[in-house]
Amino acid sequence: MQTIVFKNKPRIVATGTIAGPKECAGVVGKYVDKALTDDMFGESTYEKAECKMLSYAMSKAMENAREREKDVDMLISGDLLNQIISASFAARDFDIPFLGVYGACSTLAEAYGLAATFIDGGYAKKIVAATGSHFSSAERQYRYPLELGNTRPPQSQWTVTGAGGAFIADMGVSNSDVAITSATFGKVVDFGITDVNNMGAAMAPDIGIIGI
Amino acid sequence: MTGKNRQNYNKNYIAYVNSFDPPTKHLKNCFRAYMVGGFICCIGQFLREIFGNVFALNGDELASAVSIVLIFLGTLLTGLGVYDRIGRNAGAGSIVPITGFANSVASPAIEFKTEGLVYGMAAKMFVVAGPIIVFGVLAGTIVGLIYLFL
Repeated sequence: MQTIVFKNKPRIVATGTIAGPKECAGVVGKYVDKALTDDMFGESTYEKAECKMLSYAMSKAMENAREREKDVDMLISGDLLNQIISASFAARDFDIPFLGVYGACSTLAEAYGLAATFIDGGYAKKIVAATGSHFSSAERQYRYPLELGNTRPPQSQWTVTGAGGAFIADMGVSNSDVAITSATFGKVVDFGITDVNNMGAAMAPDIGIIGI
Repeated sequence: MTGKNRQNYNKNYIAYVNSFDPPTKHLKNCFRAYMVGGFICCIGQFLREIFGNVFALNGDELASAVSIVLIFLGTLLTGLGVYDRIGRNAGAGSIVPITGFANSVASPAIEFKTEGLVYGMAAKMFVVAGPIIVFGVLAGTIVGLIYLFL
């Protein structure tokens, strides 16, 4: 059962998004709910900023869906830090049952897949699924201090500073045009990429698909 | 790659990925490293002349004074957020001199300050420089023992 086809087609009602200055310098800036000019988001540490962005994305998704917090059945979220601390701390801001997930770059797809499964099975009607990351907190977690005078190979990738979430609901709740139709959960496939600067190549063989 | 994971190791995939990596510009990198590294050494030599001629220092005192000033400069430029920009362009040119060592201690100190003075800054200060110190002391001990018995 690697692929699940959702008979009741859970709907993506609305999204909440926020991104950092570097991300918003490009086309992405036009589409996010909030474009940050300060990558600290007014906080004292990058971790706190990441947590605040995630919290913003979750509440914005509810706001854009015109739903109240008390009607949400479940919050599914994760991030890149140890003990998925940003997601867990962001969940403190809400009085909603929380399910923490970790899948690195696939965290959001995993959250959507689980949310759709719960809704399709009839165990929940309204779920907020979200994820977030911060370049500076990820650098500290996985690589070197920001001020270290090391070189970056040209193929190295940057972790996004931003957060995004979606309000996913049962088809009875919303008749949104966007539906989650199926989910394919990927296997962990390690082809032996060891370059910390080339995470895209390490993750490319692990393919999971969410049909939307 | 050990044990069971070995079966997944895919030589073709790794070769495919590597084919997309832009080639390293060795000549350009070497030139930049030579210029910046050379410039830092020139500053060192300049300091040596000053301390030797103006303050009349010599021997170990002179070497220590020059090192102290270079370490101070490396740390100051790290704190000002300049050294990482120099390092991005100069590569080994700014990593190998003593200023690079100062940078490798100062940069985690800044980075982990948010986790507290004792458990953050002081404890994590040597995450980058730690191995250099460990193997430096080890190598020194081995060489010292060889000298002792020769």
